[in-house]
Amino acid sequence: MARAWKFGDNLNTDEIMPARFNITIDEKELASKVFCEIRPDYAPNARPGDVVVGGWNFGCGSSREHAPVAIRGSQAGCVVAASFARIFFRNAINIGLPILESPEASAGIEDGDEVEVDLASGAIYNRTRGTSFQARPLPPFVLKIASAGGLVKFLREHEIEELTA
Amino acid sequence: MGTLVEEIFSRQLGRAVEAGEIVLLDVDYIMSHDNTTPLAIKAFREIGKPMRDPAKAVIHFDHAYPAPNQLAAENQQKIVRFIQEQNMPHFYHRGVCHQVMIEEGFVRPGGVVIGADSHTVTYGALGCFSTGLGSSEIGAAWVTGKAWFKVPETILVRLEGAARPGVFSKDVMLHIAGRMGMDGATYRSLEFAGSYIDALAVHERIVFANMSVEIGAKCGLIAPDERTFEYLRRETKARPPYEQFEAVQPRYERVFEVNVSALEPQVACHPDVDQVKPLSEVAGLPIDQVYIGTCTNARFEDLALAASILKGRQVSRFTRTLVTPASQTIYEKALAAGLIQVFLDAGCTVNAPGCGACIGRHGGILAPGERAFTTMNRNFIGRMGSPEAEIYLGSPAAAAATAIEGRIADPRKYMG
Ligand code: SF4
Repeated sequence: MARAWKFGDNLNTDEIMPARFNITIDEKELASKVFCEIRPDYAPNARPGDVVVGGWNFGCGSSREHAPVAIRGSQAGCVVAASFARIFFRNAINIGLPILESPEASAGIEDGDEVEVDLASGAIYNRTRGTSFQARPLPPFVLKIASAGGLVKFLREHEIEELTA
Repeated sequence: MGTLVEEIFSRQLGRAVEAGEIVLLDVDYIMSHDNTTPLAIKAFREIGKPMRDPAKAVIHFDHAYPAPNQLAAENQQKIVRFIQEQNMPHFYHRGVCHQVMIEEGFVRPGGVVIGADSHTVTYGALGCFSTGLGSSEIGAAWVTGKAWFKVPETILVRLEGAARPGVFSKDVMLHIAGRMGMDGATYRSLEFAGSYIDALAVHERIVFANMSVEIGAKCGLIAPDERTFEYLRRETKARPPYEQFEAVQPRYERVFEVNVSALEPQVACHPDVDQVKPLSEVAGLPIDQVYIGTCTNARFEDLALAASILKGRQVSRFTRTLVTPASQTIYEKALAAGLIQVFLDAGCTVNAPGCGACIGRHGGILAPGERAFTTMNRNFIGRMGSPEAEIYLGSPAAAAATAIEGRIADPRKYMG
Protein backbone atom coordinates (compact mmCIF):
# COMPACT_ATOMS: atom_id res chain seq x y z
CA MET A 1 0.00 0.00 0.00
CA ALA A 2 1.29 3.45 -0.83
CA ARG A 3 0.62 6.92 0.46
CA ALA A 4 -0.74 9.63 -1.83
CA TRP A 5 1.01 13.01 -1.80
CA LYS A 6 -1.46 15.50 -3.21
CA PHE A 7 -0.50 18.66 -5.07
CA GLY A 8 -2.61 21.34 -6.76
CA ASP A 9 -3.12 22.55 -10.34
CA ASN A 10 -0.39 24.10 -12.51
CA LEU A 11 2.40 22.67 -10.40
CA ASN A 12 5.46 24.09 -12.16
CA THR A 13 8.98 22.75 -12.55
CA ASP A 14 10.38 25.45 -10.23
CA GLU A 15 8.10 24.09 -7.51
CA ILE A 16 9.13 20.52 -8.25
CA MET A 17 12.83 21.33 -8.52
CA PRO A 18 13.85 24.92 -7.76
CA ALA A 19 16.33 26.21 -10.35
CA ARG A 20 19.01 26.98 -7.85
CA PHE A 21 19.29 23.33 -6.83
CA ASN A 22 19.35 21.72 -10.25
CA ILE A 23 23.00 22.43 -10.94
CA THR A 24 23.74 18.80 -10.16
CA ILE A 25 22.70 15.73 -12.12
CA ASP A 26 23.09 13.46 -9.10
CA GLU A 27 19.71 11.79 -8.72
CA LYS A 28 19.93 11.24 -4.96
CA GLU A 29 20.89 14.84 -4.35
CA LEU A 30 18.10 16.11 -6.61
CA ALA A 31 15.66 13.83 -4.79
CA SER A 32 16.66 15.30 -1.45
CA LYS A 33 15.46 18.71 -2.69
CA VAL A 34 12.35 17.68 -4.60
CA PHE A 35 9.27 19.79 -3.64
CA CYS A 36 11.48 21.30 -0.87
CA GLU A 37 9.74 24.65 -0.87
CA ILE A 38 6.10 23.73 -1.28
CA ARG A 39 6.18 20.37 0.55
CA PRO A 40 9.29 20.23 2.75
CA ASP A 41 7.86 17.14 4.47
CA TYR A 42 7.86 15.13 1.20
CA ALA A 43 11.54 14.28 0.67
CA PRO A 44 12.28 13.08 4.20
CA ASN A 45 9.07 11.03 4.50
CA ALA A 46 8.28 9.64 1.04
CA ARG A 47 8.53 5.85 0.91
CA PRO A 48 9.40 3.74 -2.13
CA GLY A 49 6.29 3.26 -4.22
CA ASP A 50 4.42 6.31 -2.88
CA VAL A 51 2.21 8.09 -5.37
CA VAL A 52 2.50 11.76 -6.32
CA VAL A 53 -0.96 13.08 -7.24
CA GLY A 54 -1.27 16.35 -9.13
CA GLY A 55 -4.07 18.40 -10.64
CA TRP A 56 -4.28 19.97 -14.10
CA ASN A 57 -1.16 20.90 -16.08
CA PHE A 58 1.30 19.03 -13.86
CA GLY A 59 4.93 20.00 -14.52
CA CYS A 60 4.40 23.18 -16.52
CA GLY A 61 7.23 25.65 -17.06
CA SER A 62 10.82 24.78 -17.75
CA SER A 63 12.11 21.87 -19.85
CA ARG A 64 14.38 20.80 -17.02
CA GLU A 65 14.53 17.03 -16.88
CA HIS A 66 15.85 17.44 -13.35
CA ALA A 67 12.20 17.67 -12.22
CA PRO A 68 11.03 14.15 -13.23
CA VAL A 69 14.49 12.76 -12.40
CA ALA A 70 14.13 14.15 -8.86
CA ILE A 71 10.70 12.54 -8.48
CA ARG A 72 12.06 9.23 -9.78
CA GLY A 73 14.98 9.60 -7.36
CA SER A 74 12.55 9.96 -4.46
CA GLN A 75 11.44 6.44 -5.44
CA ALA A 76 7.86 7.49 -6.03
CA GLY A 77 6.10 4.68 -7.84
CA CYS A 78 4.33 6.98 -10.26
CA VAL A 79 2.69 10.34 -10.83
CA VAL A 80 -1.08 10.54 -11.28
CA ALA A 81 -2.48 13.85 -12.56
CA ALA A 82 -5.57 15.29 -14.22
CA SER A 83 -3.30 16.38 -17.10
CA PHE A 84 0.39 16.88 -17.76
CA ALA A 85 2.25 19.79 -19.32
CA ARG A 86 3.72 18.63 -22.62
CA ILE A 87 7.47 18.71 -21.95
CA PHE A 88 7.03 17.08 -18.53
CA PHE A 89 4.96 14.32 -20.13
CA ARG A 90 7.68 13.57 -22.70
CA ASN A 91 10.45 13.81 -20.12
CA ALA A 92 8.74 11.41 -17.74
CA ILE A 93 8.22 8.84 -20.52
CA ASN A 94 11.78 9.34 -21.74
CA ILE A 95 13.37 8.72 -18.36
CA GLY A 96 11.03 5.87 -17.45
CA LEU A 97 9.02 7.59 -14.71
CA PRO A 98 5.52 6.07 -14.85
CA ILE A 99 2.75 8.63 -15.28
CA LEU A 100 -0.98 8.17 -15.37
CA GLU A 101 -3.49 10.70 -16.64
CA SER A 102 -6.86 10.61 -14.90
CA PRO A 103 -8.87 13.69 -13.97
CA GLU A 104 -11.20 11.45 -11.94
CA ALA A 105 -8.40 9.94 -9.84
CA SER A 106 -6.87 13.37 -9.34
CA ALA A 107 -10.18 14.65 -7.99
CA GLY A 108 -10.89 11.51 -5.99
CA ILE A 109 -7.64 11.22 -4.03
CA GLU A 110 -6.77 13.37 -1.02
CA ASP A 111 -3.42 13.87 0.63
CA GLY A 112 -2.53 10.92 2.85
CA ASP A 113 -4.98 8.48 1.26
CA GLU A 114 -3.80 4.89 0.89
CA VAL A 115 -3.66 4.08 -2.80
CA GLU A 116 -2.64 1.25 -5.06
CA VAL A 117 -1.74 1.52 -8.72
CA ASP A 118 -1.54 -1.22 -11.33
CA LEU A 119 0.82 0.27 -13.88
CA ALA A 120 0.21 -2.41 -16.49
CA SER A 121 -3.54 -1.89 -16.62
CA GLY A 122 -3.70 1.76 -15.52
CA ALA A 123 -6.08 0.92 -12.67
CA ILE A 124 -5.87 3.21 -9.64
CA TYR A 125 -7.46 2.16 -6.33
CA ASN A 126 -8.14 4.49 -3.44
CA ARG A 127 -8.20 2.04 -0.49
CA THR A 128 -9.05 4.77 2.02
CA ARG A 129 -12.25 5.66 0.21
CA GLY A 130 -12.98 2.39 -1.52
CA THR A 131 -13.02 3.93 -4.99
CA SER A 132 -11.23 3.02 -8.20
CA PHE A 133 -10.29 4.80 -11.40
CA GLN A 134 -8.99 3.97 -14.85
CA ALA A 135 -6.19 6.05 -16.38
CA ARG A 136 -6.20 7.06 -20.05
CA PRO A 137 -4.19 4.58 -22.13
CA LEU A 138 -0.90 5.81 -23.62
CA PRO A 139 -0.67 6.06 -27.42
CA PRO A 140 1.04 2.93 -28.90
CA PHE A 141 4.31 4.60 -29.91
CA VAL A 142 4.63 6.23 -26.48
CA LEU A 143 4.04 2.81 -24.99
CA LYS A 144 6.99 1.49 -27.00
CA ILE A 145 9.27 3.99 -25.25
CA ALA A 146 7.68 3.50 -21.86
CA SER A 147 7.86 -0.28 -21.96
CA ALA A 148 11.54 -0.17 -22.95
CA GLY A 149 12.11 1.80 -19.73
CA GLY A 150 12.65 5.14 -21.44
CA LEU A 151 14.08 6.62 -24.63
CA VAL A 152 17.72 5.99 -23.76
CA LYS A 153 17.10 2.30 -23.15
CA PHE A 154 14.93 2.08 -26.28
CA LEU A 155 17.69 3.54 -28.45
CA ARG A 156 20.31 1.17 -27.03
CA GLU A 157 18.42 -1.70 -28.65
CA HIS A 158 16.48 -0.09 -31.47
CA GLU A 159 16.63 2.52 -34.20
CA ILE A 160 14.44 5.61 -33.77
CA GLU A 161 12.61 4.79 -37.03
CA GLU A 162 11.03 1.80 -35.26
CA LEU A 163 9.03 4.22 -33.11
CA THR A 164 6.78 5.25 -35.94
CA ALA A 165 6.97 1.97 -37.87
CA MET B 1 -2.03 22.66 -47.36
CA GLY B 2 -3.04 23.26 -43.81
CA THR B 3 -2.00 25.27 -40.79
CA LEU B 4 1.51 26.69 -40.48
CA VAL B 5 2.75 23.73 -38.49
CA GLU B 6 1.22 21.25 -40.94
CA GLU B 7 2.77 23.23 -43.79
CA ILE B 8 6.26 23.17 -42.24
CA PHE B 9 6.09 19.45 -41.42
CA SER B 10 4.69 18.58 -44.86
CA ARG B 11 7.48 20.47 -46.63
CA GLN B 12 10.07 18.80 -44.46
CA LEU B 13 8.72 15.30 -45.07
CA GLY B 14 7.77 15.79 -48.72
CA ARG B 15 4.23 14.54 -48.12
CA ALA B 16 1.07 16.05 -46.69
CA VAL B 17 0.58 15.57 -42.96
CA GLU B 18 -2.27 16.62 -40.72
CA ALA B 19 -2.98 17.14 -37.05
CA GLY B 20 -3.02 13.96 -35.00
CA GLU B 21 -0.36 12.08 -37.01
CA ILE B 22 2.93 11.02 -35.47
CA VAL B 23 5.91 12.09 -37.54
CA LEU B 24 9.63 11.61 -37.32
CA LEU B 25 11.44 14.76 -38.46
CA ASP B 26 15.03 15.50 -39.39
CA VAL B 27 16.03 18.44 -37.25
CA ASP B 28 18.21 21.30 -38.52
CA TYR B 29 19.72 22.09 -35.13
CA ILE B 30 19.76 20.70 -31.63
CA MET B 31 20.19 23.43 -29.02
CA SER B 32 21.19 23.02 -25.39
CA HIS B 33 22.82 25.14 -22.69
CA ASP B 34 24.97 24.83 -19.59
CA ASN B 35 21.97 23.88 -17.45
CA THR B 36 20.56 21.11 -19.64
CA THR B 37 23.63 19.78 -21.48
CA PRO B 38 25.05 17.68 -18.60
CA LEU B 39 21.97 15.39 -18.52
CA ALA B 40 22.05 15.22 -22.32
CA ILE B 41 25.67 14.05 -22.21
CA LYS B 42 24.65 11.41 -19.66
CA ALA B 43 21.86 10.17 -21.95
CA PHE B 44 24.19 10.24 -24.97
CA ARG B 45 26.79 8.14 -23.15
CA GLU B 46 24.17 5.65 -21.99
CA ILE B 47 22.83 5.18 -25.51
CA GLY B 48 26.40 4.40 -26.48
CA LYS B 49 26.17 5.20 -30.19
CA PRO B 50 28.15 7.82 -32.16
CA MET B 51 27.04 11.39 -32.77
CA ARG B 52 25.38 11.54 -36.17
CA ASP B 53 26.46 15.07 -37.13
CA PRO B 54 28.27 17.26 -34.58
CA ALA B 55 27.43 20.32 -36.71
CA LYS B 56 23.74 19.95 -35.83
CA ALA B 57 24.45 20.57 -32.16
CA VAL B 58 24.60 24.13 -30.83
CA ILE B 59 25.68 24.60 -27.22
CA HIS B 60 25.40 27.84 -25.26
CA PHE B 61 26.68 28.95 -21.90
CA ASP B 62 24.14 31.45 -20.58
CA HIS B 63 22.19 30.15 -17.60
CA ALA B 64 24.98 30.54 -15.08
CA TYR B 65 27.72 32.32 -16.96
CA PRO B 66 30.35 33.31 -16.03
CA ALA B 67 30.14 30.52 -13.43
CA PRO B 68 28.92 31.97 -10.13
CA ASN B 69 30.16 29.01 -8.08
CA GLN B 70 32.46 26.03 -8.30
CA LEU B 71 29.78 23.48 -9.11
CA ALA B 72 28.68 25.51 -12.13
CA ALA B 73 32.32 25.91 -13.14
CA GLU B 74 32.87 22.14 -12.99
CA ASN B 75 29.72 21.52 -15.04
CA GLN B 76 30.94 23.90 -17.71
CA GLN B 77 34.38 22.35 -17.67
CA LYS B 78 32.81 18.94 -18.37
CA ILE B 79 30.75 20.37 -21.22
CA VAL B 80 33.78 22.05 -22.78
CA ARG B 81 35.67 18.75 -22.69
CA PHE B 82 32.72 17.02 -24.34
CA ILE B 83 32.57 19.66 -27.08
CA GLN B 84 36.29 19.15 -27.72
CA GLU B 85 36.01 15.37 -27.65
CA GLN B 86 33.12 15.35 -30.14
CA ASN B 87 34.53 18.13 -32.34
CA MET B 88 31.33 20.15 -32.11
CA PRO B 89 31.77 23.34 -34.14
CA HIS B 90 28.96 25.45 -32.61
CA PHE B 91 29.69 26.71 -29.11
CA TYR B 92 28.69 30.15 -27.82
CA HIS B 93 28.87 32.25 -24.71
CA ARG B 94 27.48 35.40 -26.22
CA GLY B 95 24.29 35.79 -24.20
CA VAL B 96 20.87 34.19 -23.86
CA CYS B 97 20.74 31.10 -26.08
CA HIS B 98 17.55 31.98 -27.96
CA GLN B 99 18.73 35.42 -29.00
CA VAL B 100 22.11 34.03 -30.07
CA MET B 101 20.40 31.24 -32.06
CA ILE B 102 18.55 33.90 -34.06
CA GLU B 103 21.54 36.23 -34.48
CA GLU B 104 23.96 33.51 -35.53
CA GLY B 105 21.68 32.28 -38.30
CA PHE B 106 20.45 28.93 -36.95
CA VAL B 107 16.84 30.01 -37.31
CA ARG B 108 15.18 30.04 -40.73
CA PRO B 109 11.59 30.10 -41.95
CA GLY B 110 10.43 26.52 -42.52
CA GLY B 111 13.22 25.12 -40.35
CA VAL B 112 12.97 22.59 -37.53
CA VAL B 113 14.94 23.29 -34.36
CA ILE B 114 14.70 21.50 -31.04
CA GLY B 115 16.22 22.69 -27.80
CA ALA B 116 16.61 21.60 -24.22
CA ASP B 117 14.88 24.74 -23.01
CA SER B 118 11.19 25.50 -22.90
CA HIS B 119 11.60 28.89 -24.59
CA THR B 120 13.00 27.28 -27.74
CA VAL B 121 9.53 28.11 -29.07
CA THR B 122 10.87 31.65 -29.60
CA TYR B 123 11.98 30.95 -33.20
CA GLY B 124 8.37 30.46 -34.27
CA ALA B 125 8.21 34.25 -34.67
CA LEU B 126 10.38 33.80 -37.77
CA GLY B 127 8.33 30.92 -39.15
CA CYS B 128 10.65 28.21 -37.83
CA PHE B 129 9.10 25.22 -36.06
CA SER B 130 10.94 25.08 -32.76
CA THR B 131 10.10 23.50 -29.47
CA GLY B 132 11.53 22.56 -26.10
CA LEU B 133 12.37 19.00 -25.15
CA GLY B 134 14.15 17.42 -22.22
CA SER B 135 17.81 16.56 -22.05
CA SER B 136 17.41 12.84 -22.85
CA GLU B 137 15.81 13.71 -26.18
CA ILE B 138 18.67 16.08 -26.94
CA GLY B 139 21.16 13.29 -26.23
CA ALA B 140 19.04 11.00 -28.39
CA ALA B 141 18.86 13.56 -31.21
CA TRP B 142 22.65 13.89 -31.21
CA VAL B 143 22.64 10.17 -32.08
CA THR B 144 19.70 10.07 -34.50
CA GLY B 145 19.48 13.60 -35.94
CA LYS B 146 15.72 13.22 -35.54
CA ALA B 147 12.83 13.80 -33.18
CA TRP B 148 9.25 12.54 -33.11
CA PHE B 149 6.22 14.79 -32.91
CA LYS B 150 2.52 14.46 -32.82
CA VAL B 151 1.31 17.03 -35.34
CA PRO B 152 -0.58 19.46 -33.10
CA GLU B 153 -4.01 20.99 -33.54
CA THR B 154 -3.81 24.74 -34.05
CA ILE B 155 -5.46 27.64 -32.27
CA LEU B 156 -5.50 30.80 -34.35
CA VAL B 157 -4.90 33.90 -32.25
CA ARG B 158 -6.24 36.74 -34.37
CA LEU B 159 -5.04 40.13 -33.22
CA GLU B 160 -6.77 43.05 -34.86
CA GLY B 161 -6.37 46.80 -34.53
CA ALA B 162 -3.49 49.06 -33.51
CA ALA B 163 -2.05 49.30 -30.02
CA ARG B 164 -2.36 52.59 -28.21
CA PRO B 165 0.88 54.40 -27.23
CA GLY B 166 2.45 52.71 -24.20
CA VAL B 167 0.98 49.32 -25.09
CA PHE B 168 3.44 46.77 -26.48
CA SER B 169 3.37 43.17 -27.64
CA LYS B 170 4.26 42.15 -24.07
CA ASP B 171 1.03 43.74 -22.82
CA VAL B 172 -0.96 41.99 -25.54
CA MET B 173 0.65 38.63 -24.79
CA LEU B 174 0.04 38.99 -21.04
CA HIS B 175 -3.58 39.76 -21.81
CA ILE B 176 -3.80 36.57 -23.91
CA ALA B 177 -2.17 34.52 -21.12
CA GLY B 178 -4.62 35.97 -18.61
CA ARG B 179 -7.59 35.01 -20.76
CA MET B 180 -6.42 31.60 -21.98
CA GLY B 181 -4.78 30.46 -18.73
CA MET B 182 -1.61 28.50 -18.11
CA ASP B 183 -2.89 25.36 -19.82
CA GLY B 184 -5.07 27.14 -22.37
CA ALA B 185 -2.98 25.89 -25.32
CA THR B 186 -1.40 22.68 -24.00
CA TYR B 187 -0.13 20.46 -26.85
CA ARG B 188 -1.43 22.98 -29.38
CA SER B 189 0.27 25.08 -32.00
CA LEU B 190 -0.57 28.76 -31.68
CA GLU B 191 -0.72 30.83 -34.84
CA PHE B 192 -0.55 34.58 -34.34
CA ALA B 193 -2.06 36.60 -37.17
CA GLY B 194 -4.23 39.61 -37.95
CA SER B 195 -3.71 43.25 -38.84
CA TYR B 196 -1.82 43.94 -35.59
CA ILE B 197 0.76 41.21 -36.35
CA ASP B 198 1.07 42.25 -40.02
CA ALA B 199 2.13 45.74 -38.96
CA LEU B 200 4.29 44.62 -36.04
CA ALA B 201 8.11 44.81 -35.99
CA VAL B 202 9.82 41.44 -35.68
CA HIS B 203 11.42 42.15 -32.28
CA GLU B 204 7.90 42.63 -30.90
CA ARG B 205 6.55 39.55 -32.69
CA ILE B 206 9.20 37.46 -30.93
CA VAL B 207 7.46 38.05 -27.58
CA PHE B 208 4.37 36.12 -28.74
CA ALA B 209 6.32 33.07 -29.84
CA ASN B 210 8.55 33.24 -26.78
CA MET B 211 5.66 33.26 -24.31
CA SER B 212 3.48 30.74 -26.13
CA VAL B 213 4.95 28.06 -23.83
CA GLU B 214 3.57 30.01 -20.86
CA ILE B 215 0.13 28.83 -21.89
CA GLY B 216 1.34 25.33 -22.62
CA ALA B 217 1.77 25.45 -26.41
CA LYS B 218 4.08 23.18 -28.38
CA CYS B 219 4.94 26.03 -30.72
CA GLY B 220 3.89 29.60 -31.46
CA LEU B 221 4.15 30.48 -35.13
CA ILE B 222 3.92 33.58 -37.28
CA ALA B 223 3.85 33.26 -41.08
CA PRO B 224 7.08 34.68 -42.56
CA ASP B 225 6.59 37.87 -44.56
CA GLU B 226 8.68 40.74 -45.96
CA ARG B 227 9.35 42.03 -42.43
CA THR B 228 10.69 38.61 -41.45
CA PHE B 229 13.02 38.45 -44.44
CA GLU B 230 14.22 41.99 -43.88
CA TYR B 231 14.93 41.20 -40.21
CA LEU B 232 16.83 38.05 -41.16
CA ARG B 233 18.92 39.98 -43.67
CA ARG B 234 19.64 42.89 -41.37
CA GLU B 235 19.91 41.34 -37.91
CA THR B 236 21.08 37.76 -38.43
CA LYS B 237 23.62 35.61 -40.25
CA ALA B 238 20.89 33.55 -41.96
CA ARG B 239 21.40 34.33 -45.64
CA PRO B 240 18.75 34.21 -48.35
CA PRO B 241 17.00 32.58 -50.09
CA TYR B 242 14.32 32.22 -47.41
CA GLU B 243 11.44 29.81 -47.62
CA GLN B 244 8.09 31.46 -48.23
CA PHE B 245 4.87 29.85 -47.13
CA GLU B 246 1.59 30.52 -45.40
CA ALA B 247 -1.34 28.61 -44.01
CA VAL B 248 -3.40 27.23 -46.90
CA GLN B 249 -7.06 26.40 -46.25
CA PRO B 250 -6.18 25.75 -42.61
CA ARG B 251 -8.52 23.94 -40.25
CA TYR B 252 -8.27 25.55 -36.82
CA GLU B 253 -9.40 23.93 -33.61
CA ARG B 254 -10.60 27.33 -32.54
CA VAL B 255 -10.06 31.01 -33.14
CA PHE B 256 -9.20 33.36 -30.31
CA GLU B 257 -9.77 37.02 -31.07
CA VAL B 258 -8.37 40.12 -29.43
CA ASN B 259 -9.09 43.71 -30.27
CA VAL B 260 -5.69 45.17 -29.48
CA SER B 261 -6.79 48.80 -29.68
CA ALA B 262 -8.93 48.38 -26.57
CA LEU B 263 -5.99 47.36 -24.36
CA GLU B 264 -4.08 49.37 -21.79
CA PRO B 265 -0.72 48.33 -20.26
CA GLN B 266 -0.94 44.93 -18.49
CA VAL B 267 0.86 43.28 -15.60
CA ALA B 268 1.08 39.59 -14.63
CA CYS B 269 0.90 39.47 -10.85
CA HIS B 270 2.45 37.15 -8.31
CA PRO B 271 2.48 34.13 -8.44
CA ASP B 272 1.34 33.04 -11.91
CA VAL B 273 1.63 34.32 -15.45
CA ASP B 274 -2.14 34.15 -15.93
CA GLN B 275 -2.84 36.46 -12.96
CA VAL B 276 -3.05 39.38 -15.34
CA LYS B 277 -4.50 42.79 -14.52
CA PRO B 278 -4.48 46.19 -16.17
CA LEU B 279 -1.42 48.01 -14.83
CA SER B 280 -3.65 50.76 -13.41
CA GLU B 281 -5.05 48.26 -10.87
CA VAL B 282 -1.66 47.52 -9.35
CA ALA B 283 0.00 50.91 -9.87
CA GLY B 284 1.71 52.18 -6.73
CA LEU B 285 2.81 48.78 -5.42
CA PRO B 286 6.35 49.23 -3.98
CA ILE B 287 9.15 47.45 -5.90
CA ASP B 288 12.58 46.46 -4.60
CA GLN B 289 14.13 45.32 -7.86
CA VAL B 290 13.51 46.13 -11.50
CA TYR B 291 15.03 43.74 -14.01
CA ILE B 292 15.12 44.54 -17.71
CA GLY B 293 16.49 41.43 -19.37
CA THR B 294 15.85 37.89 -20.69
CA CYS B 295 14.96 36.22 -23.99
CA THR B 296 11.58 37.94 -23.86
CA ASN B 297 12.40 41.63 -23.68
CA ALA B 298 16.07 42.62 -23.76
CA ARG B 299 16.60 43.22 -27.46
CA PHE B 300 18.12 46.45 -28.69
CA GLU B 301 14.72 48.07 -29.27
CA ASP B 302 13.59 47.10 -25.74
CA LEU B 303 16.67 48.71 -24.26
CA ALA B 304 16.19 51.79 -26.45
CA LEU B 305 12.61 52.07 -25.23
CA ALA B 306 13.64 51.78 -21.57
CA ALA B 307 16.47 54.26 -22.11
CA SER B 308 14.13 56.79 -23.71
CA ILE B 309 12.17 56.81 -20.45
CA LEU B 310 15.20 56.78 -18.13
CA LYS B 311 17.17 59.43 -20.01
CA GLY B 312 17.91 62.39 -17.77
CA ARG B 313 16.10 60.75 -14.83
CA GLN B 314 17.17 58.79 -11.78
CA VAL B 315 15.94 55.43 -10.60
CA SER B 316 14.42 55.36 -7.14
CA ARG B 317 17.04 55.15 -4.39
CA PHE B 318 15.92 51.83 -2.89
CA THR B 319 14.98 50.12 -6.15
CA ARG B 320 17.86 48.10 -7.59
CA THR B 321 17.56 48.42 -11.33
CA LEU B 322 19.31 45.77 -13.39
CA VAL B 323 19.71 45.94 -17.14
CA THR B 324 20.95 42.78 -18.88
CA PRO B 325 21.19 42.95 -22.68
CA ALA B 326 20.09 39.63 -24.19
CA SER B 327 23.34 39.19 -26.12
CA GLN B 328 26.83 40.57 -26.64
CA THR B 329 25.75 41.78 -30.06
CA ILE B 330 22.94 43.79 -28.48
CA TYR B 331 25.30 45.03 -25.78
CA GLU B 332 27.68 46.33 -28.46
CA LYS B 333 24.87 48.08 -30.30
CA ALA B 334 23.54 49.59 -27.10
CA LEU B 335 26.98 50.81 -26.22
CA ALA B 336 27.46 52.41 -29.64
CA ALA B 337 24.04 54.07 -29.42
CA GLY B 338 24.80 55.55 -26.00
CA LEU B 339 22.10 53.54 -24.22
CA ILE B 340 24.48 51.99 -21.70
CA GLN B 341 25.57 55.47 -20.66
CA VAL B 342 21.93 56.46 -20.14
CA PHE B 343 21.40 53.45 -17.86
CA LEU B 344 24.56 54.14 -15.88
CA ASP B 345 23.69 57.82 -15.51
CA ALA B 346 20.23 56.88 -14.24
CA GLY B 347 21.73 54.68 -11.54
CA CYS B 348 21.10 51.25 -13.12
CA THR B 349 23.43 48.28 -12.86
CA VAL B 350 24.31 46.84 -16.25
CA ASN B 351 24.99 43.08 -16.15
CA ALA B 352 26.80 40.85 -18.62
CA PRO B 353 24.43 39.24 -21.17
CA GLY B 354 22.90 35.97 -20.03
CA CYS B 355 20.10 34.46 -17.96
CA GLY B 356 21.48 34.97 -14.43
CA ALA B 357 18.74 36.72 -12.50
CA CYS B 358 15.93 35.16 -14.54
CA ILE B 359 16.43 31.81 -12.84
CA GLY B 360 17.76 33.04 -9.53
CA ARG B 361 21.29 31.84 -10.18
CA HIS B 362 23.26 35.04 -9.78
CA GLY B 363 23.28 38.75 -10.49
CA GLY B 364 19.93 39.74 -8.97
CA ILE B 365 18.62 37.22 -6.45
CA LEU B 366 15.64 38.28 -4.33
CA ALA B 367 15.46 38.24 -0.52
CA PRO B 368 12.35 37.02 1.35
CA GLY B 369 9.62 39.64 1.24
CA GLU B 370 11.11 41.49 -1.74
CA ARG B 371 9.09 42.32 -4.80
CA ALA B 372 10.45 42.51 -8.34
CA PHE B 373 9.05 44.04 -11.50
CA THR B 374 10.62 42.47 -14.56
CA THR B 375 10.43 42.00 -18.31
CA MET B 376 10.70 38.22 -17.87
CA ASN B 377 8.23 35.64 -19.17
CA ARG B 378 7.37 33.77 -15.99
CA ASN B 379 6.89 34.66 -12.35
CA PHE B 380 6.81 31.30 -10.62
CA ILE B 381 7.35 31.19 -6.88
CA GLY B 382 11.08 31.03 -6.13
CA ARG B 383 12.08 31.77 -9.73
CA MET B 384 14.42 34.62 -8.76
CA GLY B 385 15.62 33.35 -5.40
CA SER B 386 13.57 33.36 -2.22
CA PRO B 387 10.22 31.57 -2.44
CA GLU B 388 8.90 34.37 -0.26
CA ALA B 389 9.64 36.99 -2.90
CA GLU B 390 7.10 38.20 -5.45
CA ILE B 391 7.56 38.73 -9.19
CA TYR B 392 5.46 40.99 -11.44
CA LEU B 393 5.81 40.97 -15.23
CA GLY B 394 5.38 43.81 -17.69
CA SER B 395 6.83 45.63 -20.69
CA PRO B 396 10.29 47.27 -20.79
CA ALA B 397 8.56 50.66 -20.76
CA ALA B 398 6.57 49.81 -17.64
CA ALA B 399 9.76 48.47 -16.03
CA ALA B 400 11.60 51.73 -16.70
CA ALA B 401 8.75 53.86 -15.33
CA THR B 402 8.56 51.59 -12.28
CA ALA B 403 12.31 51.99 -11.68
CA ILE B 404 11.93 55.76 -11.59
CA GLU B 405 9.09 55.75 -9.09
CA GLY B 406 10.11 52.70 -7.05
CA ARG B 407 6.49 51.63 -7.43
CA ILE B 408 4.61 50.03 -10.28
CA ALA B 409 4.06 52.95 -12.64
CA ASP B 410 2.32 53.68 -15.92
CA PRO B 411 4.91 54.22 -18.65
CA ARG B 412 2.64 56.61 -20.56
CA LYS B 413 3.49 59.40 -18.12
CA TYR B 414 7.07 59.32 -19.32
CA MET B 415 6.51 58.81 -23.01
CA GLY B 416 6.63 61.78 -25.37
S1 SF4 C 1 16.41 34.40 -20.13
FE1 SF4 C 1 15.22 33.26 -18.63
S2 SF4 C 1 13.52 32.36 -19.76
FE2 SF4 C 1 15.06 33.02 -21.27
S3 SF4 C 1 16.35 31.21 -21.63
FE3 SF4 C 1 17.32 32.37 -19.98
S4 SF4 C 1 16.48 31.48 -18.08
FE4 SF4 C 1 15.14 30.83 -19.75
